[in-house]
Amino acid sequence: MTTTVRPDTVQERILRDFPILHKPTSRGKRLVYLDSAATSQKPQAVIDALVKYYSEYNANIHRGVYEIAERATAAFEEARTKVARFINAAEDAEVIWTRNSTESINLVAYTWGLQNLHAGDAILTTQVEHHSNLVPWQLLADRTGAELRFIPVDANGVHVLDDLDRLLEGVKLLALSHISNTLGTIAPLEMLTQRAHAAGARVLVDAAQSVPHMRVDVRKLDVDFLAASGHKMLGPTGIGFLYGKRELLEAMPPFLTGGDMIKRVEYRHTEYNEIPWKFEAGTSNVADAIGLGAAVDYLSEIGMDWVREHEISLTAYALERLQELTRRGLVVYGPLPANNRAGVISFNLGDVHAHDVASILDTDGVCVRAGHHCTMPLMDKMGWPATARASFYVYNTEADVDALVTALQKASDIFKLPS
Amino acid sequence: MDDFYKGYILEHYREPHNFGQLEDATATFEDLNPLCGDKIRFDLKVNPEGIVEDVRFSGRGCAISQASASMLTDTIKGMHVEDVAKLGTQVVLDNVGIGISPARMKCATLGLKVARSAALGEIAGWPDEDAS
Repeated sequence: MTTTVRPDTVQERILRDFPILHKPTSRGKRLVYLDSAATSQKPQAVIDALVKYYSEYNANIHRGVYEIAERATAAFEEARTKVARFINAAEDAEVIWTRNSTESINLVAYTWGLQNLHAGDAILTTQVEHHSNLVPWQLLADRTGAELRFIPVDANGVHVLDDLDRLLEGVKLLALSHISNTLGTIAPLEMLTQRAHAAGARVLVDAAQSVPHMRVDVRKLDVDFLAASGHKMLGPTGIGFLYGKRELLEAMPPFLTGGDMIKRVEYRHTEYNEIPWKFEAGTSNVADAIGLGAAVDYLSEIGMDWVREHEISLTAYALERLQELTRRGLVVYGPLPANNRAGVISFNLGDVHAHDVASILDTDGVCVRAGHHCTMPLMDKMGWPATARASFYVYNTEADVDALVTALQKASDIFKLPS
Repeated sequence: MDDFYKGYILEHYREPHNFGQLEDATATFEDLNPLCGDKIRFDLKVNPEGIVEDVRFSGRGCAISQASASMLTDTIKGMHVEDVAKLGTQVVLDNVGIGISPARMKCATLGLKVARSAALGEIAGWPDEDAS
């Protein structure tokens, strides 16, 4: 007699890979982590890569001639190659290590921006931006005299493009997020990039919420700059990257200066290094870059199409199940249906403040974000003091959505909402 | 369920005491919690003897911030404004009577911070004693 063993599904294998998901909360609950838009959890492979670097070949890069230094340099540069392939950059040199998306955006603002923006020029962004893709442009506009303009969004957070031609007049830079971290809106990036280029503008994309969750091809999109954070894509904190087209990066002045970004230094003169190192002053975050390389390997193995399809189906399931709470006063924000948005669901429950919702959910091990999600202007525009936000990733399942719904029912009971 | 949302906290949230603004306030202060965007304003009416004769709070926020502000208005009505300026966070913890996690302390103490600032503003507006 033969017995057939059902092979593990992709989902089952993924769940096993994340040690934190198997540690109960202090109240003995299963951890239901629904805050991946803030930061993602880390698979064992990423944790192992960090431990291996520190315990087997920790050394400074680009300097030592001994074996472990060469090994560290090779692993660091190999991680860059992995990221470059992941976003389909034309060459590795177009990927610059930074701390996160915020630093990547600031790098562009302080180098390309100060060099190319002048009084009378305009910077175009949108009304859904995270503070990280708004404040740098406010400062750049103040310093250069350039005008800051906004592509409006409607009540569902969808871009309103009726007036795009007028908005693009005199624009030198279009800076926008690929996916809204608050509402999950996906920007029509390819079309906007074409229109911006036709108007003579460069395009910077804040891809912090898209690169982790869908296939992003910088050459197909034809964007000029793209910023992303490692910690939102299964990698460690403190590492992110900036993609830029070679001709732009080469023409830009350096950002931070010091060691490693130089080719030759005299007392009164310095010749800068080639890209990408021109933008990587000081000892780099070697360990976390290697860790991000491991995260990219992990995501590539799953396949980004699987990731996107998984999140669409989970979001659709969540939107359907959340309807059970409509009679209790639950309101969901953002574009519909599920395939028009990322795995991000912002909501409010009756007159219960989002912070209270999150605190009650926390007692059941359900982690959601509450507040303004670093998009205060959007919250003001929409008239929401705060929202609660559930966001999904590869390790989330329908059981997590069920736990969310159960905990929301409990919160509704505590606050005596109509049933 | 933890005692996180005791009945009286919800009562203060749904029907806050001394909610609104004072037209004849002698001191007003408003601040917000940048973490969550919650906003609270306190209006004080202080008599010449320095006693808080009347108080109102307004704004928006979570149950913890609204209830603690509501309870605080009951506490400070009738107090000397100099004592209001010296209030510590313990008064808030005593009022709400539940454990507040570190993450929620900013919510719980927002009203206190604003009330103290209003009181300090009132005191700063007094004529200098040495000069008088």
